[in-house]
Amino acid sequence: MAGSTQTVSEYITHHLTNLTFGKLPGGFARADGTVVGSDGAWVFADGGTEAAAMGFYAIHVDSMLWSIGLGIVFCWIFRSVAKKAESGVPSGLVNGVEMVVEFVDNTVRDTFHGHNKLIAPLALTVFVWVLLMNLMDLVPIDLVPKFLEVVFGVHFQKIVPSTDPNITLGMAVGVFILMLYYSIKVKGFGFVKELSMTPFNHWAFIPVNLFMEIVGLLAKPFSLGLRLFGNLYAGEMIFILIAALFSAGALWMVPAGLLQVAWGIFHLLVIPLQAFIFMVLTIVYLSMAHEDH
Amino acid sequence: MNINLTLIGQMVAFVCFVMFCMKYVWPPLLAAMAEREKKIADGLAAADRASHDLELAQEKAVERLKDAKHEAASIVDAANKRGAQLVEEAKQAAVVEADRVKAAAHAEIEQESNRAKEQLRGQVAALALAGAEKVLGAEIDRSAHAELVDKLAAEL
Repeated sequence: MAGSTQTVSEYITHHLTNLTFGKLPGGFARADGTVVGSDGAWVFADGGTEAAAMGFYAIHVDSMLWSIGLGIVFCWIFRSVAKKAESGVPSGLVNGVEMVVEFVDNTVRDTFHGHNKLIAPLALTVFVWVLLMNLMDLVPIDLVPKFLEVVFGVHFQKIVPSTDPNITLGMAVGVFILMLYYSIKVKGFGFVKELSMTPFNHWAFIPVNLFMEIVGLLAKPFSLGLRLFGNLYAGEMIFILIAALFSAGALWMVPAGLLQVAWGIFHLLVIPLQAFIFMVLTIVYLSMAHEDH
Repeated sequence: MNINLTLIGQMVAFVCFVMFCMKYVWPPLLAAMAEREKKIADGLAAADRASHDLELAQEKAVERLKDAKHEAASIVDAANKRGAQLVEEAKQAAVVEADRVKAAAHAEIEQESNRAKEQLRGQVAALALAGAEKVLGAEIDRSAHAELVDKLAAEL
């Protein structure tokens, strides 16, 4: 909740700032008055302006740790189930995990018609990982950041990795690289032909075709990553606004609480849906990369 | 909201997790699930087969039962026949035995009476001789009249 010394806009900005570790450029005047030496310095950013000044050579420690942590949770749960999986009667966690695996397997079978051992595990990883990252959105917005601030003195914390475009685009670019790899591997020169000779099959249109196809190709990873980011970012934003509403006075407590519940329930739909969409599009894009015309 | 090294970091993490999943998660899970599927299919097939077998066995059992009843009936029949036959045979044997005993008894009686007759004849001869001696008052030479006396005795 917004403290007395914090305005609402400060509260919101605070919640949208990642814990960033990066290299400040030489000569940068920090918020506490010190000036960075000419070689630059690797430090934790103290707010959005410093993070912006770091440019590319910075890392969102919170996004990274939560993302990897959730990935490890996924691996741990699924590996422990895989180890004790046998053909007997499944129970409890095994049942749940097998349900997810079967669901992913069916989706892959329906969409992807080539033979590739990578696609199904990739889809499973994408689905469960993104789902776990999205689920962090349901953790009360102030709980973890406040806890970390009070106990460890960490000032910034975003616990939903999928509201960080770096995370979603990182996965999308990973998928994009796989798309390019399989396009070239499966189609060979046909891939170049596909880019240059469609949709207008005439040599004079090659530049037009190339432009259109390359834009279309590049749009895929961007739409993939930004769709997930946009949905979750918007969701988190609403949660932050509702949380800010609590500070608007005792009168607002009840409507804010109701809004919180309503948005939480609505978000319960968005969370798996976005994970599912990300998985399905990953499969579809890779399936297109495998289709030789 | 800046694009930075996090993107690269996430890509690396992504690759690692996908590879882990591909190597250690997916194959054993799918193998276990496929095996269970097969087991269930086998089980269902076995159940089908078993119910079919049961039907066959029931049919066979009914047939056997019928055969057994038939056989039992025929055995009882045969036994009855044999019993009647045995009784008949025993009766016949008894009749034969009785006849035989009767015949033997008759023969013995005949023999006894013959023997008694013989004895009596002998005694009658002696009596006749003695009577004749008394009547004649003289001794009759037995040897001289032996032929006559024997003749007399035989006529008795």
